Amino acid sequence: MASETERATPIADLGWRERHQSTIRQVRLTIHTFSRNTSAMLGLAIVAVFLVLAAIGPWIVPYPEDALGSVNLDNKLLPPSAAHWFGTDEVGNDVFTRVIIGARVSLQIGLIVTGIAMLIGVPLGMIAGLVGGWTNEAIMRLTDVFLAVPGLILAIAIVGALGPGIHNAMLALSLVWWPGYVRLVQAKTLSLKNSIYVDAARSMGASDLRIVFVHILPNCSSPIVVKASMDMGMAILGAASLGFLGLGAQPPFPEWGAMISVGRNYLPDWWWYSFFPGLFIFLTVLGFNLMGDGLRDVLDPRSGK
Amino acid sequence: MTEQPFFAIRDYRLNFRTFDGVYQALDGVELELERGQSLGIVGETGCGKSVTVRNILGLLPSPPAEVVSGEILFEGRDLLMLSKAEMQKIRGTEIAMIFQDPMTYLNPVFTVGTQMIDVIMAHRRSLDRGERMTRKQAREHAIEMLRRVHLPNPERQIDAYPHQLSGGMRQRVLIAMALSGSPKLLIADEPTTALDVTIQAQILDLIAELVDDLGLSVILITHDLGVVAKVCDKVAVMYAGQVVEYGTIEQLFDDPKHPYTAGLLHSIPDPEGAATHLEGIPGFLPNLLDPPAGCRFEARCPKAMDVCRRVRPPALDLDGGHKVACHVYRPEDVNA
Amino acid sequence: MLETVDLDVSFASRAHKGAKIRAVNGVSLKLERGDALGLVGESGSGKTTVGRTILGLNPVTGGRVLFDDEDITDQLMGRNKSFRSRAQMVFQDPHSALNPRMTILRSVAEPLVLHTDLRGPALRERVAELLEIVGLQAQFLYRFPHELSGGQKQRVCIARAIALNPDLLVLDEPTSALDVSVQAQILEFLKSIQKRLGLTYLFISHNLAVVRYVCNRTAVMYLGQIVEQGETGAIFGDPKHPYTKALLEAVPLPKSGQPRRGQPLKGDIPSPVDLPQGCFFHTRCESSMPGICDAGPVPVTALEDGRLVRCRLY
Repeated sequence: MASETERATPIADLGWRERHQSTIRQVRLTIHTFSRNTSAMLGLAIVAVFLVLAAIGPWIVPYPEDALGSVNLDNKLLPPSAAHWFGTDEVGNDVFTRVIIGARVSLQIGLIVTGIAMLIGVPLGMIAGLVGGWTNEAIMRLTDVFLAVPGLILAIAIVGALGPGIHNAMLALSLVWWPGYVRLVQAKTLSLKNSIYVDAARSMGASDLRIVFVHILPNCSSPIVVKASMDMGMAILGAASLGFLGLGAQPPFPEWGAMISVGRNYLPDWWWYSFFPGLFIFLTVLGFNLMGDGLRDVLDPRSGK
Repeated sequence: MTEQPFFAIRDYRLNFRTFDGVYQALDGVELELERGQSLGIVGETGCGKSVTVRNILGLLPSPPAEVVSGEILFEGRDLLMLSKAEMQKIRGTEIAMIFQDPMTYLNPVFTVGTQMIDVIMAHRRSLDRGERMTRKQAREHAIEMLRRVHLPNPERQIDAYPHQLSGGMRQRVLIAMALSGSPKLLIADEPTTALDVTIQAQILDLIAELVDDLGLSVILITHDLGVVAKVCDKVAVMYAGQVVEYGTIEQLFDDPKHPYTAGLLHSIPDPEGAATHLEGIPGFLPNLLDPPAGCRFEARCPKAMDVCRRVRPPALDLDGGHKVACHVYRPEDVNA
Repeated sequence: MLETVDLDVSFASRAHKGAKIRAVNGVSLKLERGDALGLVGESGSGKTTVGRTILGLNPVTGGRVLFDDEDITDQLMGRNKSFRSRAQMVFQDPHSALNPRMTILRSVAEPLVLHTDLRGPALRERVAELLEIVGLQAQFLYRFPHELSGGQKQRVCIARAIALNPDLLVLDEPTSALDVSVQAQILEFLKSIQKRLGLTYLFISHNLAVVRYVCNRTAVMYLGQIVEQGETGAIFGDPKHPYTKALLEAVPLPKSGQPRRGQPLKGDIPSPVDLPQGCFFHTRCESSMPGICDAGPVPVTALEDGRLVRCRLY
């Protein structure tokens, strides 16, 4: 509740801190609530490690030349040791190096797929929600069609048509992912469209464009952020799955799924080849999911204090 | 006279454990009601009126709510001390409750009849075999209840779904459900706030009829002083978790003692047109996470004195049951 | 200043496929400059729809709206800037009338951003001025709606509504969501700025006492029609239409000595898709005359004291 009698201060005297007092308090409350959630913090830690590895990977790996596949047959299929923490693969590359570089690859994939999906899905969803009528029907039915087909199958089909490769895999995954955003944004837009403050803006003469960007979009942002963070993990998993099937990144490209795909042939004797990439996929997806869950608890329940 | 009143709340203190601290919601609430009378509890947002009555039937979840002290006496028994099973027996059969928005309190996927019959059968389950009812008998009983609340065409409406009924009719259904266990006390929490003016008049008339004809005792919670003046015999004014004034309608409306009551009465525009200026009560509720040591109304009170900030005013019985908690009145002012 | 002539606003019913709801049915109002006209009614009366239609939030299905004798009916829903800066609305429920993600500064500045060239520090100054008029200090500029109390939020909405110095203010239940003690302050404030800023009010409310306090003229609506219209004192003191009488009798008075039982108006408000024949009120009216009241639409009669009544008794 606001405090009782307040001295009036001329605006000029209000410093940056005071002016943004509310936002600061809001952020602190969010951080505080989030930090009390252990699983969310665990997720955040994992994601943070992942991001750091992706960022500085090329500079910290012991055998940078192994990243893109140099051939070093003397060292082939060595078990984990002090020299090679995760062992080596069938052409002698250090698995540790490739896994770390793979983090960077996976991050790129995750960002691009999620980014494209949002860029297509969010505007479509808003248009559908705002305009209504036939436009809405058309967009939603199209969305339904895409959603009816299991994601991975659809992605496989698209890659099958376009040909294997990391870029086609990313394209395929984006096409699979955007319908989710349409559903989410359309529903939120529909409910926000009838808010009183939107009516107020309209009665003041605000254009539809302004209403979308100033009033509706900011109030949609929370669920979009939550979905996007969880989607990062799933996109990485999806790319890895395609890679595993040989449809995504092609060896010797250091993508986790592709690595497991090749490493599969060397199980169970040379277990480290598949195990470590698999472990990293697992941890990364887990991290994004936990963080996304935590974000949802913090952002989505009504932003009352 | 130490005769036990039909219903009384004595020195009731209740806290809520929240993330921000301990919220002292109720601080020594004192109320009384005689059999066959109706008591109105009025107050604005945050005064604690709903919280007070919800715990009569044990409806507040117990963390975070904590009863610190006090008694809720119903025919001599302290309801706060009852076990879950004992409370279950009382709900509906001795004390019944109706709420503000009838649409949210009726299940939209069942007919009115199904819901009423379920309630009736549930009440009977706790009785001996001989007194139990078959579904058919329960249905007859339900129709009778609907007739009692003047629902037109009860035999047909019993098979209607809630969304097919108007707001006033739904509230009547809720009242019928509440009456189906033949309770002695009916608690109504803002029963007409969501209804139109003319429909409100009908429901209030119905409640008055039940008090007059059935001898039903009623506790009516509302923020509308007009409603209280029309339907109730006695009224308690609450502010920030305390009862600041208590008395009969005549006592309170003709001669309001507490500055808050007077402030409220001067804030209401007069439907008869006499008011030329509305006072309002400037200021805000005190922060109940850290309530003031003295009178909780002190910060907004036009008559605040130094003692008001330090000492909590005790409730004084001024004149034949007219109680006030305010330092303006000294023990010397008490008449016999 | 503002006049509606036989205004009709119909909607397609969502609940009953194919049926049309005539929310506003031949409503003719006249507001002179400086008036405060109270529009009273219960659910389904159409009072809120009238207010919203005047501000261009609902399309007009029939009739005309005149502003200063100029027919603006067709321009209402367009972005007719000149009209929109002369009429503004204060909405019901202050808690949802403000965008929760926008600071108070941005919310109040919105009409200024849309209609003027004010930007930057000049804009801030003007917003601070407006907040001062409604009694809020400069600190509130950077607060968010959820940090304010109900009364403060409503003041912000009023500040936003008067930002462009409108001539007409449509207030839709401005105090219904507020506590009595706060309501009193807001009502006093509304009365004072009406004089100070020379405003004309269209005050929509179901609360008769509030309307009596604020408005000099009143129109009573039932199921989309105006049943009685005239000077507030006359209508409240000596109601002519049976519905007006029933409405006034139904209001419980905050004073002692009232009879507990009475003769409340029977029946429910009819569904707007299934309107009674003839006079809409005759199904509940005590003075209903069979053969007369249920035959054909009822015309408006002008009485000697200048008020208008829609009833066959006159």
